[in-house]
Amino acid sequence: MTTTTEAAAPPVAARTTRPSFWTMRRRDNLTGYLFISPALIGSLLFVLIPLGLVVWYSLNEWNVLAGTFEFIGVENYERLVSDEKLGEVLVATGWFAAGLVVLNLGLALLLAVLLNQKLRGTTFFRTLFFSPVLVSLVAWTLVWQLMLQPEGSLNSLLGFFGIDGPNWLRNGGSAMVSVIVVQVIKNVGLNMVLFLAALQGVPSSLYEAATLDGAGAWTRFRRITLPLISPTILLTSIITIVGSLQVFAQIAVLTQGGPGTSTTVLIYYLYQQAFQFHHFGYGATISVLLFVIVALLTLLQWRMRRKWVLYES
Amino acid sequence: MKRFAAAVVAGLLTLTACGGGTGAQSGPKTLRMTVWTANEAHLKLLNGIAAEYKASHPDIGEIRFDSVPADTYTTTLTTQIAGGNAPDLAWILEKSAPAFVASGALLPIKNKIENVGELAPSATKLWERDGELYAFPFSTSPFGLFVNTDLLKQAGQQVPAGGWTWDQAIAAAAATASSTGKGGLVLPDFKYLNWDVLSTIWRGWGASAWSDDGRTCGFASPEMNDAMSFLHKAIFTQKAIPGPGTTIDFFAGNAAMGISQISRAGSLKDAKFGWTLLPLPSGPKGDYAVIGQAGVGVLKRSPNAEAAADFLGFFTNAANSAKLAQFFPSVRTSLLNAATLAKSNPLIKPDQLQSVVIDGIAKGVVKPTHPKQEELDQTVRSALDPLWQPGADVHSVLDGVCAKIRPILEAP
Repeated sequence: MTTTTEAAAPPVAARTTRPSFWTMRRRDNLTGYLFISPALIGSLLFVLIPLGLVVWYSLNEWNVLAGTFEFIGVENYERLVSDEKLGEVLVATGWFAAGLVVLNLGLALLLAVLLNQKLRGTTFFRTLFFSPVLVSLVAWTLVWQLMLQPEGSLNSLLGFFGIDGPNWLRNGGSAMVSVIVVQVIKNVGLNMVLFLAALQGVPSSLYEAATLDGAGAWTRFRRITLPLISPTILLTSIITIVGSLQVFAQIAVLTQGGPGTSTTVLIYYLYQQAFQFHHFGYGATISVLLFVIVALLTLLQWRMRRKWVLYES
Repeated sequence: MKRFAAAVVAGLLTLTACGGGTGAQSGPKTLRMTVWTANEAHLKLLNGIAAEYKASHPDIGEIRFDSVPADTYTTTLTTQIAGGNAPDLAWILEKSAPAFVASGALLPIKNKIENVGELAPSATKLWERDGELYAFPFSTSPFGLFVNTDLLKQAGQQVPAGGWTWDQAIAAAAATASSTGKGGLVLPDFKYLNWDVLSTIWRGWGASAWSDDGRTCGFASPEMNDAMSFLHKAIFTQKAIPGPGTTIDFFAGNAAMGISQISRAGSLKDAKFGWTLLPLPSGPKGDYAVIGQAGVGVLKRSPNAEAAADFLGFFTNAANSAKLAQFFPSVRTSLLNAATLAKSNPLIKPDQLQSVVIDGIAKGVVKPTHPKQEELDQTVRSALDPLWQPGADVHSVLDGVCAKIRPILEAP
């Protein structure tokens, strides 16, 4: 369309008068910007500006009740460094993330491999393991909270086998394990489906060739399956790690960060500081820390992919 | 492109800046009050008072009561304030009272309150600063000991007319629990989280969470140590109090005794069992009473603050206080007599009203409160967690509580 306008302009006039503002290049640029504007405005409004505001809030002391908003520079960051509780919180966060990632990915892969067999009933089991993903998170957690009570159904079941189950949500170690397991069962189906899709993309000819060469089941899994699904492993591990650092509802419902601070993960601590103790500025500082941690972990995984992910030439 | 970005930023700033100011319209005003009750009878009463007020005040178009769940009430309220969407009036939980009163978020209301001189001083203390009143304590509800007389009779236990000592009460609770298989003594709001409820026990030993000025920790005191050792033994050795994670409902008839505010007596309207109400058992330091409170205040930043304060005056006048008193015991001394209270509390006998409610409000102490309550709440809760194990060393756990909260108490 630009060529027609260009051609319509009399060549002589173009040389003598000021050139039109709308050159071809500018028109192309405008078209381009218009095309990307919905996405651009969206990410500006809902991603970049809030991100910038969080950093700005972290440099201020914001007392919501008194309505004061005061610039205090890096004071919140100094407080972060000297916060005694933060150490315990980071340890809890680390345990939670590590436990969740290992258990979730391990179980998802195991289930995917098992359910990738051509056997009767696999569809039923696929549906069974995937269905928790569809359940409302809070409803799921509330049901588990009831089951994990000292006289709840889990301990009744254990009692049937003569095992005296602990008070799951009130003991330091078992509270963390409970929160992890509840979360893993809820979400393992999603990773399982991703792994299943990846497994089905592995050409069966490779397995046949390997079998002919005398490779056993473990060698086939180790040398063919794992390398070929490594892009999916990368994807699921990034999603799972990022997700594990953002777990909130389960903690809020099941343990409220307790007993002690044993299940106070970073995001729950952030919630306490900002919304319960009214330190909004400090809360923003913690969320900056969370952002940095997530960004670093993701970057690290992205870097490491060259070593073990097999999909780029 | 730069100009476009500038326009977006400017637009956003306008949006956020406008957030708080939209209520300042001319024409009939809308008032919004956040409350934590969703009880139909409560809301009907509130709406009735509001309708009466609107009839005589044409400038008020609507008065809305927003029910917010009690568990997350203060969080929701402060989030609304932070988001520029503060209500005009708000119920305020006792534990948030010092923070709200000290912050300057509330409008002084003393001159709006009818006959302010008749309010019981023990009950307004929490809501005052420098002689000014910042919220009206519309509900002042003493804690009492509800007793399931059927269960006790079944276990062969006597219920003394004048009340127990703590030793006797726990012994009776333990005996009833073991012989009936039901719960002994329950503290419905405690749940091993809301430790401030335990003040209904430790006051009997003369213990307190911190000093009156809020600067010194009280958990490591010998009185607290004795009270908590007593409690620990009652839970784990005598099995008189259900352990952590077990929920037993007194009001459904599943426990021998329950410590609760008398405003809960309404839950016993359809009770299928015999019950009575006693004052809290006396401790080594004698008789005592603990009250729970709720206030209602006007948010200073509300564009309709003046109109809201006028409504508050009406809401809490003597006539409406009398109506509210059927659910929320009043602080107006003119309403604090057994005859008036009996009209609105048909379930409770006059002598019980006298001993639990009237005497309770007169000599009662509020549950522990502090300007940094939320932070202390959380810190004490985590530090007390190790106590709720059978083999806990009470003394060292309590020392640990003080070690954790001292920096918060001593900070400026």
